[in-house]
Amino acid sequence: MMRSPLATKTLFTLGPVPVSETIVVTWGLMAVLALAAWFLTRSLSARPSRGQAAIELVVGTIEDQIRSTMRVAPRPYVSMIGTLFLFILTANWSSLLPGIEPPTAHIETDAALGLIVFLATIYFGVQARGLGGYLKTFAEPTMVMIPLNLVESITRTFSLIVRLFGNIMSAVFIIAIMLSLAGLLVPIPLMALDLLTGAVQAYIFTILAAVFIGSAVSGGGTSAREEEEAS
Amino acid sequence: MSWNEIASIVSAAFAVSFGALGPALAEGRSVAAAMDAIARQPEAAGTLSRTLFVGLAMIETTAIYCLVVALLLLFANPFIH
Repeated sequence: MMRSPLATKTLFTLGPVPVSETIVVTWGLMAVLALAAWFLTRSLSARPSRGQAAIELVVGTIEDQIRSTMRVAPRPYVSMIGTLFLFILTANWSSLLPGIEPPTAHIETDAALGLIVFLATIYFGVQARGLGGYLKTFAEPTMVMIPLNLVESITRTFSLIVRLFGNIMSAVFIIAIMLSLAGLLVPIPLMALDLLTGAVQAYIFTILAAVFIGSAVSGGGTSAREEEEAS
Repeated sequence: MSWNEIASIVSAAFAVSFGALGPALAEGRSVAAAMDAIARQPEAAGTLSRTLFVGLAMIETTAIYCLVVALLLLFANPFIH
């Protein structure tokens, strides 16, 4: 019997709290990312070295994507959205290391990431337009839409969670099935496909988070932005 | 094997196979439309492909829902003890 993709493997218990393999991998990734960020930004200078130029390219690309998606100044959002992207990307690609299962293939990690996006949407919305102004966005375009808008803000977070979980978990699952059928060389093209899926899903999660936050900040959802674009 | 288990396995297979039909057709149509638009206006390729990716993700979610329902039936079925 194959192991259920919904179950987690407990490594050890810390007092009353069971610590699963997913949590250990997540903290390891966080440590790697934080150490890399500290190491790369330790000696920044006005005349960039080769490493600094590469990092500036990454940050600049993320800023450009945020600007073209949200149509606002990217500076307040780049730290959160960039961190989300880098974390999900490294988590998806961590399956390349033998013995490590990507944390995003378990629904708990994805639920935590989705909750971060949900709370950040409310936080940035309230910050940009005040509590009353943010609540007023739920009554757009008419009062009749209030229940639908409320339901939408829950379901879009849920679909964000399930999309990431389903894609990454199914990729891991298919590789496991291929390994049990034919172990030598056959899974390699599928692993390459897994890399592509991981990158695309990280991009989509981040872009959708940016779209949600952008609609809370600038209001009116996509239609208002398109009108702005057209004018 | 009880009838519950047989019914779960069969319906999991049905959920995945029929749940893949609609999104496959929809993704094909949207990619074809995006290709058409890029062929007409190659300078808008960046915006088009970004919108296409987000749209494809939205469409794909329906197929992923079917997959999740199938997995729930197979691995976390509340009617099988």
